[in-house]
Amino acid sequence: MSATTDPHADATATRMPTYVGMPSFPKAAHEAVADTRLRRNLAHATGTIRERRAAAVTELDDWAELRDAGKRIKDHTLEYLGHYLRMLEEKVTAAGGVVHWARDAAEANAIVARLVKETGETEVVKVKSMATQEIGLNEALAEHGITALETDLAELIVQLADDRPSHILVPAIHKNRAEIRDLFSHRMPSAPADLTDEPADLAEAARRHLRAKFLTAKVAVSGANFAIADTGTVLVVESEGNGRMCLTLPETLITVMGVEKLLPTARDLEVFLQLLPRSSTAERMNPYTSAWTGVTPGDGPQNFHLVLLDNGRTDVRDDEVGRQALRCIRCSACLNVCPVYARAGGHAYGSPYPGPIGAILSPQIRGIGSKVDASLPFASSLCGACYEVCPVAIDIPEVLVHLRAKAAKKLPEKAVMKTAAWGLRSPARLALGQFVAGKARFVAPHLQFPRAWADTRDLPALPKESFRAWWKRTRGDATDPKDGS
Amino acid sequence: MKIALFATCVNDTLYPGTGKAVVRILERLGHQVVFPEAQTCCGQMHLNTGYPDQAMPLIRSFTDTFEDYDAVVAPSGSCAAMVRDWHGKTAARQGDHRLAERAFALTPRVYELAELLVDVLGVTDVGAVFPHRVTYHPTCHGLRMLKLGDKPLRLLREVEGIDLVDLPDATECCGFGGTFALKNADVSAAMCADKTAAVKQTRAEVLCAVDNSCLMHIGGTLSRQRSGVRVMHLAEILASTR
Repeated sequence: MSATTDPHADATATRMPTYVGMPSFPKAAHEAVADTRLRRNLAHATGTIRERRAAAVTELDDWAELRDAGKRIKDHTLEYLGHYLRMLEEKVTAAGGVVHWARDAAEANAIVARLVKETGETEVVKVKSMATQEIGLNEALAEHGITALETDLAELIVQLADDRPSHILVPAIHKNRAEIRDLFSHRMPSAPADLTDEPADLAEAARRHLRAKFLTAKVAVSGANFAIADTGTVLVVESEGNGRMCLTLPETLITVMGVEKLLPTARDLEVFLQLLPRSSTAERMNPYTSAWTGVTPGDGPQNFHLVLLDNGRTDVRDDEVGRQALRCIRCSACLNVCPVYARAGGHAYGSPYPGPIGAILSPQIRGIGSKVDASLPFASSLCGACYEVCPVAIDIPEVLVHLRAKAAKKLPEKAVMKTAAWGLRSPARLALGQFVAGKARFVAPHLQFPRAWADTRDLPALPKESFRAWWKRTRGDATDPKDGS
Repeated sequence: MKIALFATCVNDTLYPGTGKAVVRILERLGHQVVFPEAQTCCGQMHLNTGYPDQAMPLIRSFTDTFEDYDAVVAPSGSCAAMVRDWHGKTAARQGDHRLAERAFALTPRVYELAELLVDVLGVTDVGAVFPHRVTYHPTCHGLRMLKLGDKPLRLLREVEGIDLVDLPDATECCGFGGTFALKNADVSAAMCADKTAAVKQTRAEVLCAVDNSCLMHIGGTLSRQRSGVRVMHLAEILASTR
């Protein structure tokens, strides 16, 4: 849809920034496919996580039931979202927190900037968060003179490199350890001169760099993995412990949470704290699970702000087929099994949400106005590996096909598809087409075919006779009387 | 048993040998095969490319053509999956509830070849002889939508003289994906490069699958590489005799 015909154009423009000059998916993927180092890094990293996840899931004999429960709990919560959100607001407020409602990225960014300014600070430490990536919070804070420091190791790597994340769980998956060593040596003032590319040495360098920040930061910004409506509790799960530093040491904590992160009761965590770590990091349990309810006098941050972010989610909820994308718990299992992601890399998706889930989330949040968003629904061979591993059973191929119907409305191929459908509607027209093609093979055996196919693949030889012609010739009399032709 | 053959438009036009092979296998097993000539296409390309309205007449004509038969066989995993998983659902979403009802009634009786043989007819040994080294690629829609499991392999294992070898990373998509192969040609070709590398690693002479469209893609790449590996539909191996 163009800006003039899209009724949501104004709304979507303030949701998730489309990177300036971002080309369509096939164009961006063209370069990624040729990048041998990227292909190698990705194949190795996703292959390893994929196998470990499969093993972690096979351990549980009730995985199918857990997955179904996860799906149902999310669907139920989305159905009664308003009810549970009001309950959450009430509980958080009663526990001493302050709840803010943000319609879109612009509103959320303005709220966070104002809250930080009110503390008088110009630097914040950040817990890894997809919601704040989605709204471009770091860039928005920078415009207000506020520096946001990413404290997740991989996010820190991406930030130091002025790069973009290319994976939900492992944002720097496109970099190998030699590249990270070089980056730390050049961009991290405290890095030792003899830094090696051993993971333990790299982690130690990052630890020293970050520790100083944790001890001095007055304000932290986080996302949330879950929030419990009937208690007002917010949860963050992580592996490094850096998140917990941010969640406990500063005086002020600002959490930006997509409204779909909500769960009705704490009991629901039994399901999700099994589904998420096993799908995500292939762990039975994640090392750090931080949960807090409002503020606790004398313990942890004394000011807690919860920003509830819509940013298109209620529009997505209104789409009968597309709404299942809101079940997503950001585990990234779909990225790790996706053959397209493994070859194209995360950057080609032009959004903080890469891979199969990004291909259905970004065009729904932003609309299909830009080149990249219009091409994302087609960035899949529909192999179904993503649906198979999704812990909340999002039928990603189904949503892709659904979005293709919206995106296809403005494609020039429409006439070709219409003609093909016309030809295929009638057995007589199909037979005529086959007859003509069969003759043409003698006239022009190398009929011009799209280079997109013929560049790497030979074409099958056209047969002398179609199946239906053979049947008619050899069995014509045996045609079933039930047959209407 | 009387079985209606849905050849599929791709097989009918490009791979008539597959349709003939299905007829040969089923007749050899003592069944009657009919080919309703009003059949054309299941509508998969149109639905999956984003043209559900163009797929509707094809769903309607499929239903008209086949609803009176007790069993329909389609020698294509993805066409069988399209019919079974999507015909009823698509008709309902496009608002034709009468057609949806008819499709939901018909489509459970539509089988991919391996399903028909193993589940409906209860055979795994179809009396085939094929003394060649073969590797089997489970195509995505057969694997994940139809959940064929090891049915095709159980049929192949009974073939006399066959040297059946495992394909490494077998469940990885070959990169065809219908119009994906054209719209995302670079990624598609990169996926197929890995698939053909795995095929060549097996030193197989023949790559077998239940979908000629995937085989057109993998086979076209193997041919361009002058690899000396040929591709064959499962039906054609099962139809082979001494």
